[in-house]
Amino acid sequence: MNKPAMPNSFRTGPDEQGMFGIFGGRFVAETLMPLILDLEEQWNHAKNDPEFKAELQNLSTHYAGRPSKLYFAEGLTKHLGGAKVFFKREDLNHTGSHKINNCLGQILLAKRMGKKRIIAETGAGQHGVASATVAARFGYPCIVYMGATDVARQSPNVFRMKLLGAEVRPVTAGHGTLKDAMNEALRDWVTNVEDTYYLIGTAAGPHPYPEMVRDFQSVIGSEARAQMLEQEGRLPDVIIAAVGGGSNAIGLFHPFLDDKEVRIIGIEAGGRGLDGVEHCASMNAGKPGVLHGNRTYLLQNSDGQILDGHSISAGLDYPGVGPEHSWLRDSGRVQYEPILDDEALEAFQLTTRVEGIIPALESAHAIAHAMKIVPKMDKDQLVIVNLSGRGDKDVHTVAKMLGMEI
Amino acid sequence: MTTRIDRRMAKLKAEGRPALVTYIMGGDPDYETSLSIMKTLPASGSDVIELGMPFSDPMADGPAIQAAGLRALKGGQTLARTLKMASEFRAGDDETPIVLMGYYNPIYIYGVDRFLADAKASGIDGLIVVDLPPEMDEELCIPALKAGVNFIRLATPTTDDKRLPKVLENTSGFVYYVSMTGITGSALADTAKVSAAVTRIKGHTALPVCVGFGVKTAEQARVIGASADGVVVGTAIVNAIANVLGPKGEKTADPAEAVATLVSGLAQGVRSARLAAAE
Repeated sequence: MNKPAMPNSFRTGPDEQGMFGIFGGRFVAETLMPLILDLEEQWNHAKNDPEFKAELQNLSTHYAGRPSKLYFAEGLTKHLGGAKVFFKREDLNHTGSHKINNCLGQILLAKRMGKKRIIAETGAGQHGVASATVAARFGYPCIVYMGATDVARQSPNVFRMKLLGAEVRPVTAGHGTLKDAMNEALRDWVTNVEDTYYLIGTAAGPHPYPEMVRDFQSVIGSEARAQMLEQEGRLPDVIIAAVGGGSNAIGLFHPFLDDKEVRIIGIEAGGRGLDGVEHCASMNAGKPGVLHGNRTYLLQNSDGQILDGHSISAGLDYPGVGPEHSWLRDSGRVQYEPILDDEALEAFQLTTRVEGIIPALESAHAIAHAMKIVPKMDKDQLVIVNLSGRGDKDVHTVAKMLGMEI
Repeated sequence: MTTRIDRRMAKLKAEGRPALVTYIMGGDPDYETSLSIMKTLPASGSDVIELGMPFSDPMADGPAIQAAGLRALKGGQTLARTLKMASEFRAGDDETPIVLMGYYNPIYIYGVDRFLADAKASGIDGLIVVDLPPEMDEELCIPALKAGVNFIRLATPTTDDKRLPKVLENTSGFVYYVSMTGITGSALADTAKVSAAVTRIKGHTALPVCVGFGVKTAEQARVIGASADGVVVGTAIVNAIANVLGPKGEKTADPAEAVATLVSGLAQGVRSARLAAAE
């Protein structure tokens, strides 16, 4: 790839066509196009409307429990013996992950647009749970598409969604993971376009979703930046987040993009290694292509057929990534590194033991990278890891990996 | 510059009947069988052939065409082989228009310029790419038009009068009206509404308007063909192939024959439809 020219600011995208450089765009069927244009218009009004902002602010505070804490992980810091490690505690949000930030914003938009029905796709089930939660809170019927493989490995979340009144529709196509769930959600949307709001869970899909989801998630980085300035009197040296579709990562990264002294690292699922096909490191091992409404790095074969990929973490098990990450990768502003299943599993266990925090397997990927770099850093350096979700949902997967019965 | 599509549509208009546009998935269930099916289509009464380019993630397609795409990919089909299939067909038939239909990514990966050159050389006349709306015209539509390949746009029930001119702007060959908001293979929409939509689109363009999504029987083809310039049948043909495949993909009867029987019936349907005298 040609390296794009270094922009004055990394925070101005996308352009009016929804492009971040060559990435992003609106690659959708004509049936959806009028709706996507309408969504963009409504979103442009809403984001500048004080009433919309006040309602979202109120729900974020009193319903979701924001701001989330920036916690000094003393146990992990001592264990690693290098830089000071901080966790941005998105795991403490209502529903247990960062996903609620985006769902609250989008449900208010759905209400504003007069939609009658909510659909969502989910991988780990965190977004499905958050969608089902806001649908329950605002009185909408909600249908969640979830790959059949994920239904099996994230059964606690499936039950939570059902309790919340959502209908979970297992998708058996492909490997039965997030990609297939997204295809099926798009098929539902194209069929029920008049009355249905598609609540996309990550910073991907056709414009304006990548921008909109990023803006709803940027509360993570805005808070973390202010909290670090308040607690330590300066900006962090390194910030790290796991990247599946990339919503928690772009939420943390975006407010820091123009802080040149802050090193930003996104962690992809390295699965069983990048040599084979059992990973989801689209930016390390894929190439640009078009899927699910946007151009971005994708795992694909030489004929442009999309590969399924693999990750121990259902939330990272996606062969693409949000388009802004692809642009940040090519521009060199953010560095993207893979972490293997086994490394994430080790980080999961270590964090649980030394911090008394069970992290989501997704977040454990980010922690695993911190474990690699923190010991080599100075003791006065500062690292923020986005603890995007709690790991209760993953205990069955981890037990199985460790050969234990529960 | 006229294409085979323009010439064929003009000829049918002179005859006063709509076109039968038939869709098959390239390489379903395997290359040789698919080519043999394709070769029988004109003799069975197909006027235009839509040749599907299989894609792993067909977001606008129902279960039947999803399965056909998977069969083709399993059988080793690639975009290069789909183009080869078209050129092998073209060697024996220089009249029947071929329209490639599918999704953008395989074309993007093949390389747009290389694809257009190879498509042209293979005797391809038009393209339908589901996930390229007019907002993305710079990607493939404009280069295709420059290369002399028709770019056939989908208009849908959600394409209102305000948006229609944008959809029609760079469309050529014909306009493909999608009869419903939905995926391929769904039940046919209210035919009166479809006729009204066709009339509405014709008010904006001189191009022929073909209707697809949901047409499965000769009778439906006749009813839709009364107002449309063409009727597209896809899922029913793909199902005719699937129906003669056993659980392991083995052929229980000749797929080409099964398709020929179905298409002959559909051809009867469109031939009994008369375009309005006012045309």
